[in-house]
Amino acid sequence: MITPFSTSGTVRCLVAIYMSEDDVQRTDRILVIPGESVGDSSLKSGMGTYRRGDEIFAAQLGIVNYRAGFVNVIPFSGKYQPKPGDSIIGLIQDAGPNSWMVDIHCPYTAFLHANETPWKVDFGTTTQYLRVGDIVLAKISQVDETRRVNITMKEQGLRKLTSGQIMRLSHTKVPRVIGKGGSMISLLKEHTGCRIFIGQNGVIWIDGELDGMVKASAAIELIDRGTHLHGLTDEVRTFLLGGTNVPDTNDVDGV
Amino acid sequence: MSEDIVLLNSDGLRVDGRALDELRPIKIEAGVLGNADGSAYVEWGANKVLAAVYGPKEAQPKYLQDTAKAIVQVNYNMAAFSGDERVRPGPNRRATEISKITAEALENVILTNQFPRASIDVYIEVLEADAGTRCAGLTAASVAIADAGIPMIGMVAACAAGKIDGHIALDLGKKEDNFGQADMPLGYVPGTGEIVLLQMDGHMTMVEFRKAMDMAISACEQIHELQIGALRRRYAVNYADMDDGGTEQ
Repeated sequence: MITPFSTSGTVRCLVAIYMSEDDVQRTDRILVIPGESVGDSSLKSGMGTYRRGDEIFAAQLGIVNYRAGFVNVIPFSGKYQPKPGDSIIGLIQDAGPNSWMVDIHCPYTAFLHANETPWKVDFGTTTQYLRVGDIVLAKISQVDETRRVNITMKEQGLRKLTSGQIMRLSHTKVPRVIGKGGSMISLLKEHTGCRIFIGQNGVIWIDGELDGMVKASAAIELIDRGTHLHGLTDEVRTFLLGGTNVPDTNDVDGV
Repeated sequence: MSEDIVLLNSDGLRVDGRALDELRPIKIEAGVLGNADGSAYVEWGANKVLAAVYGPKEAQPKYLQDTAKAIVQVNYNMAAFSGDERVRPGPNRRATEISKITAEALENVILTNQFPRASIDVYIEVLEADAGTRCAGLTAASVAIADAGIPMIGMVAACAAGKIDGHIALDLGKKEDNFGQADMPLGYVPGTGEIVLLQMDGHMTMVEFRKAMDMAISACEQIHELQIGALRRRYAVNYADMDDGGTEQ
Protein backbone atom coordinates (compact mmCIF):
# COMPACT_ATOMS: atom_id res chain seq x y z
CA MET A 1 0.00 0.00 0.00
CA ILE A 2 1.32 3.40 -0.89
CA THR A 3 1.47 5.77 2.01
CA PRO A 4 -0.97 8.55 1.34
CA PHE A 5 0.36 12.04 0.83
CA SER A 6 0.73 13.95 3.99
CA THR A 7 1.42 17.59 3.28
CA SER A 8 -0.68 20.11 1.44
CA GLY A 9 -4.47 20.05 1.30
CA THR A 10 -4.71 20.04 -2.44
CA VAL A 11 -2.44 17.05 -2.74
CA ARG A 12 -4.36 15.17 -0.07
CA CYS A 13 -7.55 15.81 -1.96
CA LEU A 14 -5.98 14.29 -5.09
CA VAL A 15 -5.29 11.08 -3.17
CA ALA A 16 -8.92 10.74 -2.32
CA ILE A 17 -9.72 10.86 -6.00
CA TYR A 18 -6.92 8.68 -7.30
CA MET A 19 -6.60 5.92 -4.75
CA SER A 20 -9.24 3.67 -3.36
CA GLU A 21 -8.45 1.80 -0.15
CA ASP A 22 -8.60 -1.67 -1.67
CA ASP A 23 -6.82 -1.12 -4.96
CA VAL A 24 -3.85 1.18 -5.11
CA GLN A 25 -3.24 0.39 -8.77
CA ARG A 26 -6.61 1.71 -9.82
CA THR A 27 -6.45 5.20 -11.22
CA ASP A 28 -9.19 7.55 -12.16
CA ARG A 29 -8.21 9.49 -15.20
CA ILE A 30 -7.11 13.00 -14.46
CA LEU A 31 -5.60 15.04 -17.26
CA VAL A 32 -2.47 16.95 -16.35
CA ILE A 33 -0.62 19.74 -18.13
CA PRO A 34 3.20 20.14 -18.00
CA GLY A 35 4.10 21.95 -14.79
CA GLU A 36 1.09 20.72 -12.84
CA SER A 37 1.76 19.21 -9.40
CA VAL A 38 1.09 15.46 -9.28
CA GLY A 39 2.50 14.38 -5.92
CA ASP A 40 4.83 15.03 -3.02
CA SER A 41 8.05 13.57 -1.67
CA SER A 42 6.32 10.44 -0.33
CA LEU A 43 6.18 9.20 -3.93
CA LYS A 44 8.88 8.47 -6.47
CA SER A 45 9.04 10.43 -9.66
CA GLY A 46 8.25 8.08 -12.55
CA MET A 47 7.87 8.45 -16.29
CA GLY A 48 6.70 11.78 -17.67
CA THR A 49 7.34 13.59 -14.39
CA TYR A 50 10.12 15.55 -12.73
CA ARG A 51 10.94 16.49 -9.18
CA ARG A 52 11.57 20.00 -7.94
CA GLY A 53 12.11 20.45 -4.22
CA ASP A 54 9.61 18.31 -2.32
CA GLU A 55 7.11 18.15 -5.08
CA ILE A 56 6.65 16.10 -8.24
CA PHE A 57 5.32 17.77 -11.37
CA ALA A 58 4.01 16.52 -14.69
CA ALA A 59 6.48 16.99 -17.55
CA GLN A 60 4.13 15.84 -20.26
CA LEU A 61 0.53 16.24 -21.25
CA GLY A 62 -1.32 13.10 -20.25
CA ILE A 63 -3.08 11.27 -17.47
CA VAL A 64 -1.60 10.63 -14.03
CA ASN A 65 -1.08 7.13 -12.88
CA TYR A 66 0.02 6.00 -9.40
CA ARG A 67 1.64 2.60 -9.28
CA ALA A 68 4.01 0.85 -6.89
CA GLY A 69 5.03 4.04 -5.16
CA PHE A 70 5.71 5.82 -8.42
CA VAL A 71 3.77 8.61 -10.00
CA ASN A 72 3.76 8.49 -13.79
CA VAL A 73 2.18 10.55 -16.50
CA ILE A 74 0.91 8.46 -19.40
CA PRO A 75 1.39 10.83 -22.33
CA PHE A 76 -1.12 11.42 -25.11
CA SER A 77 1.55 12.19 -27.65
CA GLY A 78 5.30 12.18 -28.06
CA LYS A 79 8.04 10.21 -29.71
CA TYR A 80 9.05 6.65 -28.86
CA GLN A 81 12.09 6.43 -26.58
CA PRO A 82 13.97 3.17 -27.30
CA LYS A 83 14.41 0.81 -24.34
CA PRO A 84 16.51 -2.38 -24.31
CA GLY A 85 14.32 -5.46 -24.64
CA ASP A 86 11.55 -3.76 -26.62
CA SER A 87 10.34 -5.64 -29.69
CA ILE A 88 10.11 -3.24 -32.59
CA ILE A 89 9.50 -3.17 -36.31
CA GLY A 90 12.09 -1.30 -38.36
CA LEU A 91 12.62 -0.15 -41.90
CA ILE A 92 16.05 -0.64 -43.46
CA GLN A 93 17.33 2.80 -44.34
CA ASP A 94 20.88 2.13 -45.41
CA ALA A 95 23.20 -0.85 -45.86
CA GLY A 96 26.91 -0.75 -45.06
CA PRO A 97 29.54 -3.46 -45.67
CA ASN A 98 28.71 -5.25 -42.43
CA SER A 99 25.78 -3.40 -40.91
CA TRP A 100 22.48 -1.70 -41.63
CA MET A 101 20.92 1.52 -40.41
CA VAL A 102 17.30 0.99 -39.44
CA ASP A 103 14.50 3.52 -39.06
CA ILE A 104 12.70 2.44 -35.90
CA HIS A 105 10.10 5.25 -35.83
CA CYS A 106 11.85 7.20 -33.09
CA PRO A 107 14.19 10.21 -32.99
CA TYR A 108 17.23 8.00 -33.49
CA THR A 109 18.28 5.66 -36.28
CA ALA A 110 19.19 2.17 -35.03
CA PHE A 111 22.29 0.18 -35.89
CA LEU A 112 21.99 -3.48 -36.87
CA HIS A 113 25.32 -5.31 -37.13
CA ALA A 114 25.67 -8.31 -39.45
CA ASN A 115 26.64 -10.46 -36.42
CA GLU A 116 23.28 -9.62 -34.85
CA THR A 117 21.31 -11.37 -37.59
CA PRO A 118 20.35 -15.04 -37.92
CA TRP A 119 22.49 -15.32 -41.07
CA LYS A 120 26.21 -15.70 -41.69
CA VAL A 121 26.85 -12.50 -43.55
CA ASP A 122 30.19 -12.15 -45.37
CA PHE A 123 31.77 -8.71 -45.45
CA GLY A 124 30.25 -6.61 -48.22
CA THR A 125 27.31 -8.90 -48.86
CA THR A 126 24.74 -7.28 -46.56
CA THR A 127 22.39 -6.37 -49.40
CA GLN A 128 21.95 -10.06 -50.23
CA TYR A 129 20.11 -10.38 -46.93
CA LEU A 130 18.45 -7.02 -46.27
CA ARG A 131 18.03 -4.18 -48.73
CA VAL A 132 16.91 -0.61 -48.32
CA GLY A 133 13.14 -0.59 -47.85
CA ASP A 134 12.94 -4.03 -46.23
CA ILE A 135 11.02 -4.42 -42.99
CA VAL A 136 12.44 -6.33 -40.03
CA LEU A 137 11.10 -7.55 -36.76
CA ALA A 138 13.87 -6.88 -34.24
CA LYS A 139 14.61 -6.27 -30.62
CA ILE A 140 16.47 -3.38 -29.03
CA SER A 141 19.63 -4.78 -27.48
CA GLN A 142 21.42 -1.69 -26.25
CA VAL A 143 20.89 2.04 -25.86
CA ASP A 144 23.82 4.14 -24.67
CA GLU A 145 23.79 7.51 -22.93
CA THR A 146 23.96 9.42 -26.21
CA ARG A 147 21.02 7.34 -27.46
CA ARG A 148 22.98 5.26 -29.92
CA VAL A 149 20.61 2.35 -30.47
CA ASN A 150 21.72 -1.20 -31.30
CA ILE A 151 19.17 -3.75 -32.38
CA THR A 152 19.35 -7.50 -32.81
CA MET A 153 17.56 -10.13 -34.88
CA LYS A 154 19.24 -13.06 -33.18
CA GLU A 155 16.41 -14.09 -30.90
CA GLN A 156 13.71 -16.54 -31.77
CA GLY A 157 10.89 -15.12 -33.85
CA LEU A 158 12.87 -12.10 -35.04
CA ARG A 159 13.03 -12.02 -38.80
CA LYS A 160 12.65 -10.15 -42.04
CA LEU A 161 8.99 -9.51 -42.86
CA THR A 162 8.37 -10.47 -46.46
CA SER A 163 4.62 -10.05 -46.89
CA GLY A 164 1.76 -7.99 -45.52
CA GLN A 165 1.61 -4.31 -44.79
CA ILE A 166 2.74 -1.95 -42.05
CA MET A 167 1.04 0.94 -40.28
CA ARG A 168 2.67 3.61 -38.19
CA LEU A 169 0.93 4.98 -35.11
CA SER A 170 2.20 6.99 -32.18
CA HIS A 171 3.83 4.65 -29.66
CA THR A 172 1.40 6.06 -27.06
CA LYS A 173 -1.41 4.18 -28.83
CA VAL A 174 0.30 0.77 -28.58
CA PRO A 175 -1.38 -0.27 -25.27
CA ARG A 176 -4.77 0.64 -26.76
CA VAL A 177 -4.23 -1.52 -29.86
CA ILE A 178 -3.11 -4.44 -27.69
CA GLY A 179 -5.85 -3.92 -25.10
CA LYS A 180 -6.04 -5.15 -21.54
CA GLY A 181 -4.60 -8.65 -21.41
CA GLY A 182 -4.32 -8.59 -25.21
CA SER A 183 -8.11 -8.30 -25.61
CA MET A 184 -8.09 -5.84 -28.49
CA ILE A 185 -5.43 -7.57 -30.57
CA SER A 186 -7.04 -10.98 -30.17
CA LEU A 187 -10.34 -9.43 -31.26
CA LEU A 188 -8.63 -8.04 -34.36
CA LYS A 189 -6.91 -11.33 -35.16
CA GLU A 190 -10.09 -13.31 -34.64
CA HIS A 191 -12.31 -11.19 -36.88
CA THR A 192 -9.87 -10.48 -39.68
CA GLY A 193 -7.97 -13.76 -39.86
CA CYS A 194 -4.74 -11.76 -40.08
CA ARG A 195 -1.43 -12.18 -38.40
CA ILE A 196 -0.77 -8.93 -36.56
CA PHE A 197 2.30 -7.81 -34.65
CA ILE A 198 2.57 -4.51 -32.83
CA GLY A 199 6.03 -3.11 -32.25
CA GLN A 200 6.60 -1.09 -29.07
CA ASN A 201 7.65 1.72 -31.38
CA GLY A 202 4.12 2.02 -32.77
CA VAL A 203 4.77 0.22 -36.06
CA ILE A 204 2.18 -2.47 -36.75
CA TRP A 205 2.56 -5.37 -39.16
CA ILE A 206 -0.57 -6.94 -40.64
CA ASP A 207 -0.49 -9.98 -42.89
CA GLY A 208 -3.31 -12.07 -44.31
CA GLU A 209 -6.00 -12.02 -46.96
CA LEU A 210 -6.54 -8.64 -48.63
CA ASP A 211 -10.08 -8.25 -47.20
CA GLY A 212 -8.84 -9.02 -43.72
CA MET A 213 -5.94 -6.57 -44.00
CA VAL A 214 -8.24 -3.79 -45.17
CA LYS A 215 -10.59 -4.49 -42.28
CA ALA A 216 -7.77 -4.70 -39.76
CA SER A 217 -6.16 -1.47 -40.85
CA ALA A 218 -9.51 0.34 -40.79
CA ALA A 219 -10.15 -0.98 -37.28
CA ILE A 220 -6.70 0.14 -36.15
CA GLU A 221 -7.39 3.59 -37.54
CA LEU A 222 -10.56 3.60 -35.47
CA ILE A 223 -8.54 2.70 -32.38
CA ASP A 224 -5.98 5.37 -33.26
CA ARG A 225 -8.68 8.02 -33.19
CA GLY A 226 -10.66 6.73 -30.25
CA THR A 227 -7.68 6.29 -27.99
CA HIS A 228 -9.16 8.18 -25.09
CA LEU A 229 -12.71 6.98 -25.38
CA HIS A 230 -14.13 4.34 -23.13
CA GLY A 231 -15.94 1.34 -24.53
CA LEU A 232 -13.43 1.20 -27.36
CA THR A 233 -13.29 -2.60 -27.51
CA ASP A 234 -17.06 -2.77 -28.00
CA GLU A 235 -16.95 -0.11 -30.67
CA VAL A 236 -14.23 -1.99 -32.55
CA ARG A 237 -16.15 -5.26 -32.19
CA THR A 238 -19.26 -3.62 -33.70
CA PHE A 239 -17.14 -2.30 -36.54
CA LEU A 240 -15.53 -5.67 -37.23
CA LEU A 241 -18.84 -7.52 -37.15
CA GLY A 242 -21.08 -5.17 -39.03
CA GLY A 243 -18.76 -2.76 -40.74
CA THR A 244 -20.48 0.23 -39.12
CA ASN A 245 -18.60 3.33 -38.03
CA VAL A 246 -16.50 3.19 -41.16
CA PRO A 247 -13.57 5.50 -40.46
CA ASP A 248 -13.01 8.31 -42.89
CA THR A 249 -9.58 7.46 -44.23
CA ASN A 250 -9.03 10.97 -45.55
CA ASP A 251 -9.04 12.31 -42.04
CA VAL A 252 -5.48 11.70 -40.93
CA ASP A 253 -5.87 11.75 -37.18
CA GLY A 254 -9.41 12.77 -36.60
CA VAL A 255 -8.61 16.30 -35.46
CA MET B 1 7.98 60.38 -31.97
CA SER B 2 4.96 62.46 -32.73
CA GLU B 3 3.77 64.88 -30.04
CA ASP B 4 0.22 65.31 -31.26
CA ILE B 5 -0.80 61.65 -31.06
CA VAL B 6 -2.87 61.01 -27.93
CA LEU B 7 -2.49 57.45 -26.70
CA LEU B 8 -4.38 57.91 -23.47
CA ASN B 9 -7.59 59.95 -23.17
CA SER B 10 -8.83 61.95 -20.19
CA ASP B 11 -10.77 58.92 -18.91
CA GLY B 12 -7.56 56.94 -18.74
CA LEU B 13 -8.55 54.77 -21.70
CA ARG B 14 -6.24 53.82 -24.54
CA VAL B 15 -6.73 54.20 -28.31
CA ASP B 16 -8.53 50.87 -28.56
CA GLY B 17 -10.64 51.60 -25.47
CA ARG B 18 -8.67 49.38 -23.08
CA ALA B 19 -7.70 50.27 -19.54
CA LEU B 20 -3.98 50.52 -18.79
CA ASP B 21 -3.81 47.04 -17.25
CA GLU B 22 -6.08 45.33 -19.75
CA LEU B 23 -5.01 42.66 -22.23
CA ARG B 24 -6.33 42.43 -25.77
CA PRO B 25 -8.77 39.51 -26.29
CA ILE B 26 -6.79 36.26 -26.61
CA LYS B 27 -7.93 33.00 -28.15
CA ILE B 28 -5.72 29.90 -28.11
CA GLU B 29 -6.35 26.63 -29.88
CA ALA B 30 -4.12 23.55 -29.65
CA GLY B 31 -3.60 20.79 -32.21
CA VAL B 32 -4.70 22.67 -35.30
CA LEU B 33 -2.34 20.99 -37.79
CA GLY B 34 -2.55 17.33 -38.75
CA ASN B 35 0.97 16.80 -40.04
CA ALA B 36 3.01 18.49 -37.32
CA ASP B 37 3.87 16.63 -34.09
CA GLY B 38 2.32 19.48 -32.14
CA SER B 39 0.68 22.76 -33.07
CA ALA B 40 -1.19 25.77 -31.76
CA TYR B 41 -2.96 28.82 -33.08
CA VAL B 42 -3.18 32.10 -31.22
CA GLU B 43 -5.35 35.11 -31.92
CA TRP B 44 -4.21 37.99 -29.78
CA GLY B 45 -6.11 41.17 -30.61
CA ALA B 46 -5.47 41.55 -34.32
CA ASN B 47 -2.43 39.23 -34.24
CA LYS B 48 -2.85 35.81 -35.77
CA VAL B 49 0.00 33.39 -35.11
CA LEU B 50 0.42 29.73 -35.94
CA ALA B 51 3.06 27.52 -34.28
CA ALA B 52 4.11 24.02 -35.33
CA VAL B 53 6.57 21.66 -33.65
CA TYR B 54 8.47 18.79 -35.22
CA GLY B 55 10.62 16.40 -33.26
CA PRO B 56 12.55 15.49 -31.31
CA LYS B 57 14.43 14.04 -34.27
CA GLU B 58 18.09 13.44 -35.00
CA ALA B 59 19.71 16.87 -35.51
CA GLN B 60 20.94 17.52 -39.05
CA PRO B 61 23.60 18.48 -40.10
CA LYS B 62 25.48 16.31 -37.68
CA TYR B 63 27.81 19.05 -36.39
CA LEU B 64 24.81 20.72 -34.78
CA GLN B 65 24.25 17.72 -32.53
CA ASP B 66 24.94 18.04 -28.82
CA THR B 67 25.75 14.66 -27.27
CA ALA B 68 24.33 15.79 -23.91
CA LYS B 69 21.03 17.37 -24.90
CA ALA B 70 18.61 18.27 -27.64
CA ILE B 71 18.93 21.55 -29.47
CA VAL B 72 15.94 23.81 -29.96
CA GLN B 73 15.67 25.50 -33.34
CA VAL B 74 13.05 28.16 -33.86
CA ASN B 75 12.04 29.73 -37.13
CA TYR B 76 9.97 32.89 -36.70
CA ASN B 77 8.53 34.07 -39.97
CA MET B 78 6.15 36.83 -40.94
CA ALA B 79 3.87 36.03 -43.85
CA ALA B 80 4.15 38.38 -46.82
CA PHE B 81 0.55 39.44 -46.18
CA SER B 82 0.92 39.90 -42.41
CA GLY B 83 1.38 43.66 -42.35
CA ASP B 84 -0.16 46.82 -43.80
CA GLU B 85 2.50 46.73 -46.45
CA ARG B 86 3.86 43.58 -48.06
CA VAL B 87 6.54 42.00 -45.89
CA ARG B 88 9.52 40.92 -47.95
CA PRO B 89 9.75 37.12 -47.57
CA GLY B 90 12.77 35.44 -46.03
CA PRO B 91 14.84 35.87 -42.91
CA ASN B 92 15.89 39.35 -41.89
CA ARG B 93 17.65 40.92 -38.92
CA ARG B 94 14.49 41.07 -36.82
CA ALA B 95 13.24 37.54 -37.62
CA THR B 96 16.66 36.06 -36.86
CA GLU B 97 16.73 37.85 -33.50
CA ILE B 98 13.22 36.73 -32.54
CA SER B 99 13.97 33.14 -33.58
CA LYS B 100 17.07 33.18 -31.38
CA ILE B 101 15.47 34.65 -28.26
CA THR B 102 12.43 32.38 -28.58
CA ALA B 103 14.68 29.32 -28.87
CA GLU B 104 16.63 30.42 -25.80
CA ALA B 105 13.42 30.98 -23.83
CA LEU B 106 12.12 27.53 -24.78
CA GLU B 107 15.44 25.80 -23.99
CA ASN B 108 14.87 26.82 -20.38
CA VAL B 109 11.67 24.84 -20.07
CA ILE B 110 12.16 21.83 -22.36
CA LEU B 111 13.84 18.85 -20.66
CA THR B 112 16.42 18.73 -23.43
CA ASN B 113 18.70 16.28 -21.58
CA GLN B 114 16.21 13.50 -22.32
CA PHE B 115 16.99 13.72 -26.03
CA PRO B 116 20.75 13.85 -26.65
CA ARG B 117 21.79 14.49 -30.27
CA ALA B 118 18.24 15.47 -31.18
CA SER B 119 16.69 18.62 -32.50
CA ILE B 120 13.30 20.10 -31.66
CA ASP B 121 12.15 22.35 -34.49
CA VAL B 122 9.59 25.05 -33.86
CA TYR B 123 8.04 27.05 -36.67
CA ILE B 124 6.23 30.27 -35.82
CA GLU B 125 4.26 31.75 -38.68
CA VAL B 126 2.80 35.20 -38.19
CA LEU B 127 -0.27 35.41 -40.41
CA GLU B 128 -1.36 38.84 -39.26
CA ALA B 129 0.72 41.23 -37.19
CA ASP B 130 -0.38 44.03 -34.91
CA ALA B 131 2.44 44.46 -32.34
CA GLY B 132 3.34 41.80 -29.79
CA THR B 133 3.93 38.95 -32.25
CA ARG B 134 7.02 37.68 -30.44
CA CYS B 135 4.93 37.24 -27.28
CA ALA B 136 2.08 35.64 -29.20
CA GLY B 137 4.61 33.43 -31.01
CA LEU B 138 6.28 32.26 -27.79
CA THR B 139 2.89 31.63 -26.17
CA ALA B 140 1.76 29.59 -29.18
CA ALA B 141 5.07 27.70 -29.39
CA SER B 142 4.80 26.62 -25.73
CA VAL B 143 1.33 25.19 -26.31
CA ALA B 144 2.52 23.44 -29.49
CA ILE B 145 5.45 21.86 -27.60
CA ALA B 146 3.14 20.58 -24.85
CA ASP B 147 0.78 19.29 -27.56
CA ALA B 148 3.71 17.44 -29.18
CA GLY B 149 4.24 15.55 -25.91
CA ILE B 150 7.74 16.91 -25.43
CA PRO B 151 8.72 16.78 -21.74
CA MET B 152 8.95 20.25 -20.26
CA ILE B 153 9.11 21.97 -16.87
CA GLY B 154 6.07 24.06 -17.70
CA MET B 155 4.76 26.30 -20.41
CA VAL B 156 6.11 29.79 -21.07
CA ALA B 157 3.54 32.57 -21.21
CA ALA B 158 4.64 35.85 -22.71
CA CYS B 159 3.26 39.35 -22.64
CA ALA B 160 4.61 42.85 -23.09
CA ALA B 161 4.24 45.92 -20.91
CA GLY B 162 5.38 49.40 -21.82
CA LYS B 163 5.00 53.10 -21.37
CA ILE B 164 2.56 55.32 -23.22
CA ASP B 165 2.01 59.01 -22.56
CA GLY B 166 3.99 58.66 -19.32
CA HIS B 167 1.88 55.79 -18.00
CA ILE B 168 2.77 52.13 -17.68
CA ALA B 169 0.46 50.04 -19.86
CA LEU B 170 0.02 46.36 -20.54
CA ASP B 171 0.19 44.62 -23.92
CA LEU B 172 0.89 47.53 -26.28
CA GLY B 173 -0.97 47.69 -29.56
CA LYS B 174 0.59 48.82 -32.82
CA LYS B 175 0.06 52.57 -32.38
CA GLU B 176 1.20 52.41 -28.78
CA ASP B 177 4.29 50.46 -29.81
CA ASN B 178 5.13 52.94 -32.57
CA PHE B 179 4.41 56.17 -30.70
CA GLY B 180 4.85 55.13 -27.07
CA GLN B 181 7.94 55.65 -24.93
CA ALA B 182 8.88 52.05 -24.10
CA ASP B 183 7.99 48.45 -24.89
CA MET B 184 9.11 45.49 -22.81
CA PRO B 185 8.24 41.92 -23.86
CA LEU B 186 8.54 39.38 -21.07
CA GLY B 187 8.45 35.57 -21.10
CA TYR B 188 7.50 33.98 -17.79
CA VAL B 189 7.16 30.42 -16.48
CA PRO B 190 4.32 30.62 -13.97
CA GLY B 191 5.20 27.30 -12.28
CA THR B 192 8.74 28.25 -11.36
CA GLY B 193 8.52 32.04 -11.39
CA GLU B 194 11.41 32.18 -13.86
CA ILE B 195 11.75 34.92 -16.44
CA VAL B 196 13.02 33.37 -19.66
CA LEU B 197 12.70 36.35 -21.96
CA LEU B 198 13.13 40.02 -21.20
CA GLN B 199 13.79 42.73 -23.72
CA MET B 200 13.24 46.45 -23.58
CA ASP B 201 13.04 49.15 -26.15
CA GLY B 202 12.79 52.80 -24.98
CA HIS B 203 13.21 54.43 -21.60
CA MET B 204 11.72 53.69 -18.21
CA THR B 205 12.84 54.59 -14.71
CA MET B 206 13.61 51.81 -12.26
CA VAL B 207 10.24 52.35 -10.56
CA GLU B 208 8.40 52.23 -13.88
CA PHE B 209 10.35 49.14 -14.88
CA ARG B 210 9.29 47.33 -11.70
CA LYS B 211 5.68 48.32 -12.24
CA ALA B 212 5.78 47.17 -15.87
CA MET B 213 7.32 43.89 -14.86
CA ASP B 214 4.71 43.18 -12.18
CA MET B 215 1.98 44.04 -14.65
CA ALA B 216 3.42 41.76 -17.34
CA ILE B 217 3.94 38.89 -14.89
CA SER B 218 0.35 38.97 -13.68
CA ALA B 219 -0.81 39.07 -17.31
CA CYS B 220 1.39 36.05 -18.07
CA GLU B 221 -0.39 34.17 -15.30
CA GLN B 222 -3.72 34.91 -16.99
CA ILE B 223 -2.33 33.84 -20.36
CA HIS B 224 -1.01 30.63 -18.83
CA GLU B 225 -4.57 29.75 -17.79
CA LEU B 226 -5.68 30.25 -21.39
CA GLN B 227 -2.86 27.96 -22.56
CA ILE B 228 -3.97 25.28 -20.12
CA GLY B 229 -7.57 25.73 -21.24
CA ALA B 230 -6.58 25.22 -24.88
CA LEU B 231 -4.82 21.93 -24.10
CA ARG B 232 -7.67 20.71 -21.93
CA ARG B 233 -10.18 21.42 -24.69
CA ARG B 234 -8.00 19.54 -27.17
CA TYR B 235 -8.12 16.38 -25.08
CA ALA B 236 -11.52 16.92 -23.50
CA VAL B 237 -13.10 13.50 -23.56
CA ASN B 238 -14.09 11.02 -20.96
CA TYR B 239 -11.13 9.03 -19.68
CA ALA B 240 -12.96 7.70 -16.66
CA ASP B 241 -13.45 4.18 -17.93
CA MET B 242 -10.41 3.94 -20.17
CA ASP B 243 -8.59 0.75 -19.30
CA ASP B 244 -4.86 0.62 -18.80
CA GLY B 245 -4.24 -1.19 -22.04
CA GLY B 246 -1.69 -3.93 -22.30
CA THR B 247 1.79 -4.76 -23.41
CA GLU B 248 1.65 -8.54 -23.86
CA GLN B 249 0.45 -9.68 -27.26
